[in-house]
Amino acid sequence: MMSRLLQSRGLAQIIALLVILAVDRAVSPQFFDLRMQDGRLFGSLIDVLNRGAPVALLALGMVLVIATRGIDLSVGAVMAISGAIAASLADAHGLPLALAAALGAGLLCGLWNGFLVAVLGIQPIVATLILMVAGRGVAQLITEGRIVTFTAPDLVWLGNGAVLGVPAPVVVVLGMLIVTGAVVRGSALGLLIEATGGNARASELAGIGTRGMILAVYVWCGLCAALAGVIAAADIMGADANNAGLWLELDAILAVVIGGTSLFGGRFSLVLAMVGALIIQAMNTGILLSGYPPEFNLVVKAAVVLVVLLLQSPRFANVGVVLGRARQ
Amino acid sequence: MTSKALLAATALVAITLSLPATAAELTVGFSQIGSESGWRAAETSVSKSEAAKRKVTLKIADAQQKQENQIKAIRSFIAQGVDAIFLAPVVSSGWDAVLKEAKEAKIPVVLLDRDIDPSGKELYLTAVTSDSVHEGAVAGEWLAKAVAGKACNVVELQGTVGASVATNRKKGFDSVVAKNANLKVVRSQTGDFTRAKGKEVMESFIKAEGGGKTICAVYAHNDDMMVGAIQAMKEAGLKPGKDILTVSIDAVPDIFKAIAAGEANATVELTPNMAGPALDAIMAYKAKGTVPPKWIQTESKLYTAADDPQKIYDSKKGLGY
Repeated sequence: MMSRLLQSRGLAQIIALLVILAVDRAVSPQFFDLRMQDGRLFGSLIDVLNRGAPVALLALGMVLVIATRGIDLSVGAVMAISGAIAASLADAHGLPLALAAALGAGLLCGLWNGFLVAVLGIQPIVATLILMVAGRGVAQLITEGRIVTFTAPDLVWLGNGAVLGVPAPVVVVLGMLIVTGAVVRGSALGLLIEATGGNARASELAGIGTRGMILAVYVWCGLCAALAGVIAAADIMGADANNAGLWLELDAILAVVIGGTSLFGGRFSLVLAMVGALIIQAMNTGILLSGYPPEFNLVVKAAVVLVVLLLQSPRFANVGVVLGRARQ
Repeated sequence: MTSKALLAATALVAITLSLPATAAELTVGFSQIGSESGWRAAETSVSKSEAAKRKVTLKIADAQQKQENQIKAIRSFIAQGVDAIFLAPVVSSGWDAVLKEAKEAKIPVVLLDRDIDPSGKELYLTAVTSDSVHEGAVAGEWLAKAVAGKACNVVELQGTVGASVATNRKKGFDSVVAKNANLKVVRSQTGDFTRAKGKEVMESFIKAEGGGKTICAVYAHNDDMMVGAIQAMKEAGLKPGKDILTVSIDAVPDIFKAIAAGEANATVELTPNMAGPALDAIMAYKAKGTVPPKWIQTESKLYTAADDPQKIYDSKKGLGY
């Protein structure tokens, strides 16, 4: 009973999120308090959504890449590049051009990764490692190693603005989720992506253009990462090439995995990847609110991730059943 | 940045090499770590101007964060027969062999900004560094004076966990807090020395402390985290600099912008001018044989709104921070 319940898709993740939110409420009694501040909702719950937005965007692209049995390590570096470009152009050339250039750079980065993986057949982890290392250097060249600040109000709005009280980054994530969902689940595309990841050769023989599929998911991943980079830069009104998106590729992969998507490809869930991103951020915010010394941050994070992953493991659920029988 | 600095450095070396050196002029080789941060870039550009001020020929070698490059640079300085070597060591160990070579060649070595392991104590002339414990104490003393005995709840944005600068800046501040019963650090978290994390952590501090009403002051281990924290306070409808006092360390240009706008109160300078005192020590040593003390501590100067922040911002923004 227990094992079947936990294996019904998504339940483990939802339970994990609810438990973490309950723990957050326990360590910080005002956790669910909400009020309006300057036309924007204000509260810890909003922080979770708002701070989780960059990782959620990364996860949205990453989940499709992982569904094709790939991985993209370069998303953090792409964030740094797009943030640097947007910040350098915003004041002088306005938002449309800055945004177009930043997102264009993300598309190019994705195209490069896709080309290495799909056309040259390089293993994804190696292919994207190249841009992970080089990309941050490119971003540092753009910013000349300093933090480039800007004041252009429309770009700042992307980080600090709000629509009906909901922070702009959250609105952007919702928009991207709807678009991505409509494209991959509203058509057969999602199925074709899953088929490519499940068995590329069989899919190819069945007439699926696997090469095009792989190229497309890396391009989409690059675009999502670029958008995350623009939001991260808008948030602090500056581009910090040394630190923007640093190690966030790992959080994005973690969000996807917590969301129950297998690294072996073949199936994916966009919504559960978003839940994964929320789990990570709810945990981070909870740690910050708890007042524990910072030396505990990583240990607590690791322990929670371990528990969430164990909850999803069919074997672990079976162990629970066996133990339950033994007690009877 | 790297390419520009490199170009500038090469150009400088090329120009200075083409000048005929008179007997009185000194040539100093400077093995710089690389361009890991804005502060480092500022240190390089200030070193150049300080050397030019004293008519000293400064040859800068950029090590791109690698010790082997620094060792190579020192060996080439020895081969060129420079009058002195400045070294900003990227790590603290592994210098004994190359520093012995410099000692045998009778070329004095001055350490800049960072110290090396005690085993190399006899191998260098002096070390010019800042005392980061003292920096934290200066920040704490400013706050103690500013609140003048009133009870004050402080939230602290720490640097990266385990970084010696973070540990020391915390230690210095805590020593002042221990002496003033009215000061109390109520929350302390790491903001990893970055703006983004400084902002995120401050957001959670504000929520955990009744919307920020019970916070009297913020202490950040560097200015970048404070810049992020200032944004978080403004977004929460608080007035940084008035409702909540701020004090941070480093004195980067952007914090002066905030001080000028009344949104920050104080910063303690980690001076990028390490080469100035080092050059003075070398010149005195060469001219009169004066042996400097083993440690030359740079001044940890406090800046507030009283110091014409706009002017300091203008003078600092071109240094490469």
